[in-house]
Amino acid sequence: MLSVKGVHLWRGDRHVLRNVSFEAVPGHCVLLTGRNGAGKTTLLRAIAGLLEPEEGEMTWRGASTRVSRNEFHAELAYLGHEPPLKGDLSGGENLRFSVGIRRAVTGAEIDAALVRTGADSFADRPTRLLSAGQRRRIALAGVLLANAALWLLDEPTTNLDAEGQQLVADLIAGQLARAGLVVAAVHHSLPLVAGTITELTLGAA
Amino acid sequence: MKTSALAAAYLVAARDLRLAFRKPSQLLQPLMFFMIVATLFPLTLTPELSRLRDAAPGVLWIGALLSSLLALEFLFRDDASDGTLEQFALSGQSLTWMLFAKTCTHWLLTGLPLALSAPLAALALGVPVAALGGMVAALALGSFALSLVGAICAGLTLGARRGGVLLSLLTLPLSVPILVFGSDATRHAISGTEIAGPMYMLGAIAVLGLTLAPLAAAAAVRIGLE
Repeated sequence: MLSVKGVHLWRGDRHVLRNVSFEAVPGHCVLLTGRNGAGKTTLLRAIAGLLEPEEGEMTWRGASTRVSRNEFHAELAYLGHEPPLKGDLSGGENLRFSVGIRRAVTGAEIDAALVRTGADSFADRPTRLLSAGQRRRIALAGVLLANAALWLLDEPTTNLDAEGQQLVADLIAGQLARAGLVVAAVHHSLPLVAGTITELTLGAA
Repeated sequence: MKTSALAAAYLVAARDLRLAFRKPSQLLQPLMFFMIVATLFPLTLTPELSRLRDAAPGVLWIGALLSSLLALEFLFRDDASDGTLEQFALSGQSLTWMLFAKTCTHWLLTGLPLALSAPLAALALGVPVAALGGMVAALALGSFALSLVGAICAGLTLGARRGGVLLSLLTLPLSVPILVFGSDATRHAISGTEIAGPMYMLGAIAVLGLTLAPLAAAAAVRIGLE
């Protein structure tokens, strides 16, 4: 479904991604591992379309992710290093906007997602007053609400407590059970069910 | 159900208005700058009203241009730094419409208040009351065109560190026609002659900007996000 073939990408004069290829099918999670600077974030951003690789091909449901960009993005939820939240808006307001520009969403749906990620007790406070972990929980609720077939997660467990790490694993398992796809960059192994995971180590050569 | 492009644009505008009212200082700063520049001139020039009146179009338009450059910095920068601009780009919606909504809201919050408060500064410069209507219209139209042109440059300079200087350098040459026709319209308004000619030119620039700038701004932002 998601296929990445022979991707090369330079950042300045550094050859970050060297011939990266993988395929992900529904119900499958690809874990990107590798040392710092191996290109995990770069690969995720390239798949999302935020970076343009010099060479290689990426397709989603058989169509190039660059040609049918809006159709691809409509099925994509991307969560980067920093939760994309406006500090002056509350968690609920942030989600009403970020999910609202993708699809019609009701307040009840947002509340349910916030409860699921354990963010309901602080969702009405401006996000600049929240801790990094709390902000991540709100962003995770946004990923959940996007109803996207493909999740691209960059270090999803950063700043989360032990219970939060389990939450991320449960959310990913839920996404896989819905025949969704997950590509996640991770440093720590996630407590995921075996058999649904492919590990791809970057920068090994 | 997928959100339509117009509904998404409306959400962007509503969010930006809400943010502006939560943090008004950022929007007041360019307006204050304009008022200070325009009202300090009568103090430093001769207090002769006829002389001040001659200088008024230049003072008002240079003040408006510099203040709009100041305001342009905030157009995309905050959204780019907290990652919400990436969210726009990855929403599967037309980035063109969303950025157009953002630019219009930005003008509504900076350009329009500037045009509406200009009569205060203009009176201090000895502009006759009869000329105020034409002057406000020219400033409103001109600042709208400036916002549209500026949106392209703001998008292009997103990726650059210390992009503020670069943004000014890029925007200034593009804004010269607006400055020329805008101050010309104001001069005609003050002398009581027909202002339609330069106003048509300002309108033409604004329409050209309206047609091309949102597309160019969306392409520029995609480059700037890299």
